[in-house]
Amino acid sequence: MSSLIIRGGRVIDPPSGLDGKKDIEIREGKIVAISNRIRSTGARVIDARDYLVVPGFIDLHCHLRDPGRPDEETIESGARAAVHGGFTTICCMPNTEPPIDNEGVVQYVIEEAKKARLANVLPVGAITVGRKGEQLTEIGRMVRAGIVAISDDGDTVRNPQLLRSALEYAQIFNIPVMEHCLDTDLHRDGVINEDYYGTISGLSPSPAVAEESIIARDLLLARFTGGRLHILHLTTETGVKLVSWAKAEKIRVTAETCPHYLVLTDKECLSYDTNFKVTPPLRSERDRKALIRGIKDGTIDAIATDHAPHASFEKELEFDQAASGMIGLETCFPLLYTRLVRTGILSLKKIITLLSTNPAKILGLKTKGRIAVGFDADITLIETKTRWRLTPDFFFSRSKNSPFIGERFIGRVVTTIVGGVIRFQEERPK
Amino acid sequence: MIRGKNLLALKDLSRREIWEIIDQARTFREVLDRPIPIVPALRGKTILLLFFEPSTRTQISFNIAAKRLSADVVTFSASSSSVLKGETLLDTARNIEVMRVDGVVLRHSAPGSAQFLADRLTAFVVNAGDGCHEHPTQGLLDIYTMLEHHESLEDKVVLIVGDIKHSRVARSNIWGLTKLGAEVVVCGPPTLLPAEVEKMGVRVASNIDEALPDADVVYVLRIQKERQTSGLFPSVQEYRELYGLTKARARRLKKKVLLMHPGPINRGVEIDPEVADGPRSVILDQAKNGVAVRMSVLYLLAGG
Repeated sequence: MSSLIIRGGRVIDPPSGLDGKKDIEIREGKIVAISNRIRSTGARVIDARDYLVVPGFIDLHCHLRDPGRPDEETIESGARAAVHGGFTTICCMPNTEPPIDNEGVVQYVIEEAKKARLANVLPVGAITVGRKGEQLTEIGRMVRAGIVAISDDGDTVRNPQLLRSALEYAQIFNIPVMEHCLDTDLHRDGVINEDYYGTISGLSPSPAVAEESIIARDLLLARFTGGRLHILHLTTETGVKLVSWAKAEKIRVTAETCPHYLVLTDKECLSYDTNFKVTPPLRSERDRKALIRGIKDGTIDAIATDHAPHASFEKELEFDQAASGMIGLETCFPLLYTRLVRTGILSLKKIITLLSTNPAKILGLKTKGRIAVGFDADITLIETKTRWRLTPDFFFSRSKNSPFIGERFIGRVVTTIVGGVIRFQEERPK
Repeated sequence: MIRGKNLLALKDLSRREIWEIIDQARTFREVLDRPIPIVPALRGKTILLLFFEPSTRTQISFNIAAKRLSADVVTFSASSSSVLKGETLLDTARNIEVMRVDGVVLRHSAPGSAQFLADRLTAFVVNAGDGCHEHPTQGLLDIYTMLEHHESLEDKVVLIVGDIKHSRVARSNIWGLTKLGAEVVVCGPPTLLPAEVEKMGVRVASNIDEALPDADVVYVLRIQKERQTSGLFPSVQEYRELYGLTKARARRLKKKVLLMHPGPINRGVEIDPEVADGPRSVILDQAKNGVAVRMSVLYLLAGG
């Protein structure tokens, strides 16, 4: 295999503090050299002088709807959307039809991903059979087949005894238990945050305490069992405080939030545009600010997309009837870069850490999440000078349920390299 | 002129627009007392009444209002529509659009459904109640009725009692009344008060007996018995004792107080029959004024 050189880009590797113009040499899928000038003896050269060169993004949380809903997404289309958004590795949630709750379905996902030859797709297995919250799945067999975590995402494990078992049992494999935290009885049929905007919208409200009470329960169970807990889509101020407390207590917990919770609030729902309908619901401005603080102080470890493709006929409905979730793989970086980095709210280094370095650590991927010699050549090149407008035809995803269509962004993925192979390259304008 | 194409929420109206609707309604109110209470204002226009939720008075009221304006009225209610067969609101909207009606009056259980329709139709849309969101013509007819007794609502105290949380009537009244300068006080069990309701510009009274003597208007909301089964209050009997406008409580009211209710009344629950039918009750005036107010709204939206 011949080598590949990425020439002259601004290379960012948060753990080493590297942030400067470098050449990178890739051979056999690995980064073999990083230096000021690498001679290109027969190697293919990518001119990256105008680009950022960052470790490929790793999404802890997306929905690929495969098996079950090929009209909304497939492993292939989801992985294509991933590389289009600069993601080189994505974890797909098991709330498919049938769910990823046994070895066979895990194998199916892995095979489909292999065939697609785009991003690395790492399945998350269900915690309970059929995601019904009754009986543990064969976690060991699913680990053998390739899952990297377990989760009943979409639903909370309602029975605390069962979650306790999951937290204990998953320790055999040292994989995280990813919990969707929303108390079913408090959340009820809520579709908007319970506060002023919830009140004036007339929509069924879901209170923050529905999320926080389960986070508190789960943190205590993680302490009690010593298990590894990962909190999915953290959205509230008190949730951040609880996780911060847990970390001080040395509880083995990590937490993610999603781009939309960092840039949007529940006020948006007053338009009744169902693209703003997500679970947990968009929260208040106060919560949004607390999430930003939680990122700054390290309480929040990762930003995950919760990419949730939906068919238009499931979205173009009354708000309370519409499916919940928005797509996010392809807008994640542009959105964060435009709204948070360029505005000086968060540093580029921080964003890269939460999109790549930390997710790799959470998943125990020892050769991913960095641009360093010996690491996998999972690398994303980004252009950050031109302003562009998001149109529906931008998406490689089979679904278009994004509230950001029409928005202007700065920050565009131009090339995505997975295992040393270019898996996405922007078509040059003629 | 009303700025928008539609009437979806009193939250969206200015004080001036509210007054314009009221003033126009006063003109139509006189028409209604004529021997032949009909004007040709909407001749040749087609108004579609689209009711996806059971309603008696609102539907009848809009129907009469449109006919008094000489409009052609088509009524389409849940039991006779294709909704039960599973047609989406989107498809309903598309079908209405090609049939070219001039105005649609929508009653629907989903908050935002009127907005949904308005965004997709050339015809104007009047929200006749969308879930717990708003019921703007109810708010307007309530304001109209209050203004029959007060020249202005500036600094008048309107006490709204009951299930504020699930009430579109309360929300529309709060927006409309506060825009006209009234002091709105809400009172009900904490389980039936929506989050941060004070931010709508109202005061929350924790004790109804303390709030009643100051009120110029007492607006009693209907209590839905199904809220009891969902655990929001323990029993209808206890609700009556704690928040019902009983004969005993009515004695402590101002002499010239107005007693209002959007209907239908649960007699003996939120209000005692003697109080609902008593001299200070304007509940039937509300229904009567509703026709004039709806005529005004239809007329102004159809182009005045």
